[in-house]
Amino acid sequence: MSISKLSVGAKPMTFKPGKRKWPPELSIFLVLVGVSLFFEAIGWYVNDQSFIFNADRLQIIILQMSVIGIIAVGATLVIITSGIDLSSGSVVAATAVVSASLAQVSDFPRAVFPHLTDLAPFWPILAGVTVGLVIGLINGVLIAVTAIPPFIATLGTMVAARGFAKWFTGAMPVSMLTDDFAWIGSGGIPVVIFIVLAAIFQVVLRYTRFGKFTYAIGANRQAAVVSGINVNRHLICIYAVAGLLSGIAGTVTAARAVSGQAGMGVMYELDAIAAVVIGGTSLSGGIGRVTGTVIGVLILGVMTSGFTFIRLDAYYQEMAKGAIIVAAVVADQYRRRKRRC
Amino acid sequence: MLEIEGIRKAFPGVVALDNVRFRLHAGTVHALMGENGAGKSTLMKIIAGIYTPDQGEVRVKGRPLVLKGPLDALNNGIAMIHQELNLMPYMTVAENIWIRREPKTRFGFIDHGELRRRTQALFDRLVIDIDPEAEVRDLSIASRQMVEIAKAVSFNSDVLIMDEPTSALTETEVKHLFRIIRQLRAQGKGIVYITHKMNEFFEIADEVSVFRDGKYIDTKKSTEVTRDEIIHMIVGRELTQMFPKETVPIGAVVVSVKNLCVEGIFRDVSFDLRAGEILGLAGLVGSGRSNLAEALFGVVPATSGTISIEGVEVTIDSPARAMKCGMAFVTEDRKQTGCFLALDIMANMDTAVLSTRHVRFGFVQGKALRNDCEEMRRKLRVKTPSLDEVIQNLSGGNQQKVLIGRWLLTKPKFLILDEPTRGIDVGAKAEIHRLVSRLAGQGVAVLMISSEMPEVLGMSDRVMVMHEGRMTGIVDRKDADQVRIMELASQ
Repeated sequence: MSISKLSVGAKPMTFKPGKRKWPPELSIFLVLVGVSLFFEAIGWYVNDQSFIFNADRLQIIILQMSVIGIIAVGATLVIITSGIDLSSGSVVAATAVVSASLAQVSDFPRAVFPHLTDLAPFWPILAGVTVGLVIGLINGVLIAVTAIPPFIATLGTMVAARGFAKWFTGAMPVSMLTDDFAWIGSGGIPVVIFIVLAAIFQVVLRYTRFGKFTYAIGANRQAAVVSGINVNRHLICIYAVAGLLSGIAGTVTAARAVSGQAGMGVMYELDAIAAVVIGGTSLSGGIGRVTGTVIGVLILGVMTSGFTFIRLDAYYQEMAKGAIIVAAVVADQYRRRKRRC
Repeated sequence: MLEIEGIRKAFPGVVALDNVRFRLHAGTVHALMGENGAGKSTLMKIIAGIYTPDQGEVRVKGRPLVLKGPLDALNNGIAMIHQELNLMPYMTVAENIWIRREPKTRFGFIDHGELRRRTQALFDRLVIDIDPEAEVRDLSIASRQMVEIAKAVSFNSDVLIMDEPTSALTETEVKHLFRIIRQLRAQGKGIVYITHKMNEFFEIADEVSVFRDGKYIDTKKSTEVTRDEIIHMIVGRELTQMFPKETVPIGAVVVSVKNLCVEGIFRDVSFDLRAGEILGLAGLVGSGRSNLAEALFGVVPATSGTISIEGVEVTIDSPARAMKCGMAFVTEDRKQTGCFLALDIMANMDTAVLSTRHVRFGFVQGKALRNDCEEMRRKLRVKTPSLDEVIQNLSGGNQQKVLIGRWLLTKPKFLILDEPTRGIDVGAKAEIHRLVSRLAGQGVAVLMISSEMPEVLGMSDRVMVMHEGRMTGIVDRKDADQVRIMELASQ
């Protein structure tokens, strides 16, 4: 059967090409510009110096946010499927302590594994990433097989992974790490990792079947099932990828701090989710892009740095962050209501 | 009683209503007809206070009215029964009907005894047999529809708007509904009745107003108008043939089903289906028709029995497996199991075909895929400026065409259509019929489930009938008529 024989109507149909649309990231980008200009203006008033045109500050903003950014890339995938992953912050802690424990130097008497010291950085990295992947797989299997809501499943692993990190370290920091391992957290390396991962998943979402199916599942799970998509397998993959990315984030965190601690990564999942939502990804699923998330991450970074710059308390910072998250979701709802009419 | 003059309503990108008028008299049933997207529902939403018009005037009993919301409309004696059901599933029938108007005890608590009595009285008056204490989620779709109608009646409104109230009802229930409507008409109420079904119009309505592309066309008395005239007014062109069934050569057996069962749902269904053949599947709602389709396609796999494709027995335990066997399935419910409403047309069309084609090393071959989708869109005449339009913005008929396109891209040997023309307009309907006929001509075996008798009779080579989970017979085209099929469907 060929399509060409299917023509059903007599009248040919022509349409004028629609107006050229702006990329959806534009509005978020304008918010980023607006927030930056806001601090720029106040900065001149309070500090008598530029906020944006300061290379050091820009570097710090990006470096500080790269860990959140790596998590947010995974959170973007999860949220597009209309799910949520609350475990990321705890996964950061679990992977940080595990990878740090395999990266200790041999002349440290209280190493976690005294026989496994001075290892090449490959091993701690592999261990950290694997722990992240395993927790992600547990999330995925719980969600796909038992059909419990992602909120509950990842709430469970969030608590459990944090507990694991505390048990593993006995609530003591895992320190004295090798220089080779610390290298992946130094200089611009975390930023490079963030940008590479964001680019990879931008491509995956836009140009691969995996990406297309991700959007389909988020937009209408039942229709995806009937269209022959193996939804359960796909969801397991998505949560595994999110766990893996959190694992990378945790390993980087340990390398940056040159230690692994069970208290690391607290509330990181919420910052990541906030960045995703600010970046225009819809919590109801089916809509979202990694590029938007990257801009969302930058907005959070600029705000954190900006409030410090204009010497406002960190408390104001948190309140403002809360407000902007709610505003982002309200904007999302409003956009969708407008489309429905 | 209700007058509308010069109404205009525009949405971003479209003028939904342009200079529309409409007049409803007390004690009449006024049908509203037109293709999907003609503006009927928009007009009714204006009358019911959901939308505010950009221009024009609504008058009730001669006095101009600006409605501030649905509540305001209710207070002014206008009640609407929506196409989508708006009941709360975890509350009882009585609670749903009297919500916001619950009788209170002296202490301000809800008086459940009185609530029950009132509901029972209302049901007695309408001769509805539903337990007021039942939770709505336990009711069938048809019963829920009846509850909606009872709720609208309970407001004692002068104007009642019904938006395709029979789409989920069986024949008997439709008769019952019509009795209720006649009773209300006798009480002097004005009823606006939106429908696509011609026979319903002639049975129940006194007048008809027709809309096309947001414009008012004409109003006629039902005694002074013929079926063809109305169709002509609706589409603005002659439809020479409603069911252009072409006679095509029937080929070898494509699908052979033996003793198929899904435990507790249906049992012992057997049939053969040949290339080029259209097998109609008739039966009342709840007879197991859609369940059979879902079992064939592996959505809910069969518990026993066999399916053979081109002589080879296959185990179909998932839709993916069914697709590998050359099957395609356009489901009954566009919103629930069909469309990805938030996504664009392209994403809605390419989902199925991506499982087999246009992917290399996991990467989508964008250009080839887009060309195929674009060609499919043109052939199916989906009315949209581009594939990047969000499917939510299309009318039901165009959405349905996109979904059919999704499956035709997979080049199926065996196509299952569940209610392919439900809730879509006359023009799109005819196009889909012609398309199905043409597909059969190209050797596709088609199983078509439909509740519309003329469609089943007009399109099918044979008609299979189901009743309460059993297959009650297969009738050849030449022996098939409405009476014979109704007998089998309700024996």
